[in-house]
Amino acid sequence: MPADSGSIAKVDLDHRGRSWYVDKAVGGLVFVGGVSAIVFVMGIFVFISREGFGFVFGTLDIGEFLTSIEWRPTSENNPRYGALALIAGTAAVTGLAMLVAVPFSLGAAIFIAEFATGRTREGLKVLVELLAAIPSVVWGFIGLSIMSPLIIDTFDQPVGVGVLNSGVILGLMAAPIMTTIAEDALKAVPDSYREAAEAMGATRWQVVWQVVLPAGRNGLVAALLLGVGRGFGETMAVLMASGHAINIPTSPFDSVRALTATIAAELGDAPRGSEHYQALFTLGIFLFVITFLINLAADFAVRRGAPRG
Amino acid sequence: MAEQKAPQPRPEDSAISVNMVSLWYGSFRALFDVNLEVKAGSITALIGPSGCGKSTLLRSVNRINERLGSYVRTTGSIRVHGHDVLADDVELAQLRRQVGMVFQRPNPLPLSIRDNVLFAHRIHRAGERVTRIEEDELLETALRQVLLWDEVKDRLNGPATGLSLEAQQKLCIARLLPVKPKVILMDEPTSALDPEATDALEGLLWELKGEYTILIVTHNMAQARRASEETAFMLLGKMVEHRPTQELFLTPHEQETADYIEGRYG
Ligand SMILES: Nc1ncnc2c1ncn2[C@@H]1O[C@H](COP(=O)(O)OP(=O)(O)OP(=O)(O)O)[C@@H](O)[C@H]1O
Ligand SMILES: [Mg+2]
Repeated sequence: MPADSGSIAKVDLDHRGRSWYVDKAVGGLVFVGGVSAIVFVMGIFVFISREGFGFVFGTLDIGEFLTSIEWRPTSENNPRYGALALIAGTAAVTGLAMLVAVPFSLGAAIFIAEFATGRTREGLKVLVELLAAIPSVVWGFIGLSIMSPLIIDTFDQPVGVGVLNSGVILGLMAAPIMTTIAEDALKAVPDSYREAAEAMGATRWQVVWQVVLPAGRNGLVAALLLGVGRGFGETMAVLMASGHAINIPTSPFDSVRALTATIAAELGDAPRGSEHYQALFTLGIFLFVITFLINLAADFAVRRGAPRG
Repeated sequence: MAEQKAPQPRPEDSAISVNMVSLWYGSFRALFDVNLEVKAGSITALIGPSGCGKSTLLRSVNRINERLGSYVRTTGSIRVHGHDVLADDVELAQLRRQVGMVFQRPNPLPLSIRDNVLFAHRIHRAGERVTRIEEDELLETALRQVLLWDEVKDRLNGPATGLSLEAQQKLCIARLLPVKPKVILMDEPTSALDPEATDALEGLLWELKGEYTILIVTHNMAQARRASEETAFMLLGKMVEHRPTQELFLTPHEQETADYIEGRYG
């Protein structure tokens, strides 16, 4: 506070008030938080690269890695590191998951954003958020204990875990977050478009199909890509529901093994620094690059969809 | 409420006939027993201070007000060429085909120019086959009618949102024409435009008049004088006076009208 009370208007520029320190401190904290997030991501990347790249540039045959279906890392005399079956497993499960998740999440997003009002809408949004918060191990549990017997009974199959089971589970799992993002995309479509179309006599459905969905296209693509990213990166539920057998799937009932599940299941047994250990890190790098590219694409889609000017 | 002396059109000449219409937004009453006859084929301006209910009245005619849900309640009757549009069994799509609307801010859809102009037509043709050539004709006719053809004919597949505001507003008129509406409602259609574009749009109104009945809300009294044949003045949700434009501005019957055109309300 100014020492001389003679002039009220005089501002004391030499003494800093408490709020100045609070301001600086909070600013500093936010800065440290932001920087550390970047540092951590870089650190993680450097770490997995260091563990995996030596192998990539050393003994690993990248051609074999990408084209062979033989993953026999623990074989005594002839270890093989072909990731193709794992990649195919992950791709099959993620693909089926999207077949399940896209109609669910798009339908839910359209209903919440365009048709539901008042309490229904708020209730549904809370419900979707609750669903998004279910831990993946619970989904895996549902896959094992509910989906699996269901598949065995309905389709008369010897085993209930596999592409179908894990794809459906993963689809249900990805649907809530995809719903939320898709709903945001629809809500971002200016209401003046809807009003214009309705004033020309369009029904609510015509407005949705012909105006809102095309206008929100980029945001919807982003929702899809984030779902795909989620599918690629998910581990626990897939580990539990996929059957975990190395296999190029030819039917939805086949057991498969996912990239993530392989790492999770084998890393504990692989001696540190061994070829096997490094091969698992190579899988990690591969996953990292793929999810990074997917997120980048999603980001790009959102940016392109942002209103100009 | 004021008597409406003035040459009242006989109701059978009326394109729009508003009878004792009252409207509530929740518990707020925005319109009080409003009457208005709009002569077919004419341009009628609706003037009045901000908040007097001009938009509300206009938006009741095509029932776009109902987007707000049951929060809006309307009583009385509105007839468009004799058909009671407030009746329960009215099909909104058909009503809005006959009664087009142009908004304050140009609001072309985020589609190509071509798809914008053909939007309403595609919605209303219900399964009927229309060839590309027929569509092209509709497109050209509509764009020529709003004097936009030469400006856009080389980029019909370009985005409508990339046009100038003037062109966008003309496009918003053009997209109504292929379905041949009887009435076009305009809510301050030039308020987002610069003076030159405003001139151009007013000129356009005179071109369209006759074939279409135009009811235009305006804040701008000079515009009402230039661009309308009849003028209706509203105040606080009530219709005060409705007469041929020149008469209303030269010899207003009501004191409130006189006060307003002399600029005594904000
Ligand atoms: N959705 C709404 N909910 C509640 N009140 C509303 C709503 N829309 C309009 N009103 C009120 O109804 C009255 C009439 O509004 P309206 O928009 O019709 O006026 P206006 O004459 O068009 O004004 P302006 O010249 O500013 O456009 C105003 O008092 C306004 O506050
Ligand atoms: Mg208004």
